[in-house]
Amino acid sequence: MKEIIFISIGGFIGAIGRFVISKSMHNNKGFPIGTLTVNLIGAFLLGLLFGLHVQGSLYSLLGIGFMGSFTTFSTLMLDAVKLNKENKKKLYYIYLLSSYTIGILLTLCGLWLGRKM
Amino acid sequence: MIYFLVGLGGIAGSLFRYLLSVMSVAIWGKEFPIGTLLINVTGAFLLGFMTNYFVGSNKIHPYLNTALTTGVIGSYTTFSTFCFETVHLFETGKIIFGVFYLFASLLGGLFFVRAGMKLGEQVKSTRSVL
Repeated sequence: MKEIIFISIGGFIGAIGRFVISKSMHNNKGFPIGTLTVNLIGAFLLGLLFGLHVQGSLYSLLGIGFMGSFTTFSTLMLDAVKLNKENKKKLYYIYLLSSYTIGILLTLCGLWLGRKM
Repeated sequence: MIYFLVGLGGIAGSLFRYLLSVMSVAIWGKEFPIGTLLINVTGAFLLGFMTNYFVGSNKIHPYLNTALTTGVIGSYTTFSTFCFETVHLFETGKIIFGVFYLFASLLGGLFFVRAGMKLGEQVKSTRSVL
């Protein structure tokens, strides 16, 4: 029960945070910079959390709740497919490649930093 | 108001993700993160479906649309856990699992978004004929 409350609080804040950031970074060029930003920040922070060996209720709140909800996979895929349909092939590849490679690299950075601290 | 609704959607999405990942570990164990993969591809399918089904329709209030797509589905799927699990598979020497996970999520996600969009389009056009 305690877990459910912590996950809910994190999920509530994470979803609003993602919504606010992607709305404020929205531009007319069609590149989903907002989603990319939240995903990269979240990937780094989750790596940091694991590097610091955060467990229990704090992990439920920050890891499962906040970071899980702050970052998103479905919107990443939808925006990528939209870029492809609009024939913005270059942006399509840049978006997918940067999400995956920088996301994984930042997770590693977070892990490394957390273990050092 | 819209922020609050997105937040409520975030609670629903997060709890559903948690429930499925606990079930997945109970059924398939921890060897491979099949739970997150299932969550992400099913979420991609649902988002594709909703996007095409709801677009231009007055069946749904725009606030409810945002609460369902950005709130529930956005929070149900996750990118940070995916990144961590990929790194973890590589770190623990499960290179083939890591490569498979990476490509299954990328190609599966792209495939299921398209499939969802297609179905949403079809359901909408059959409904409008009737």
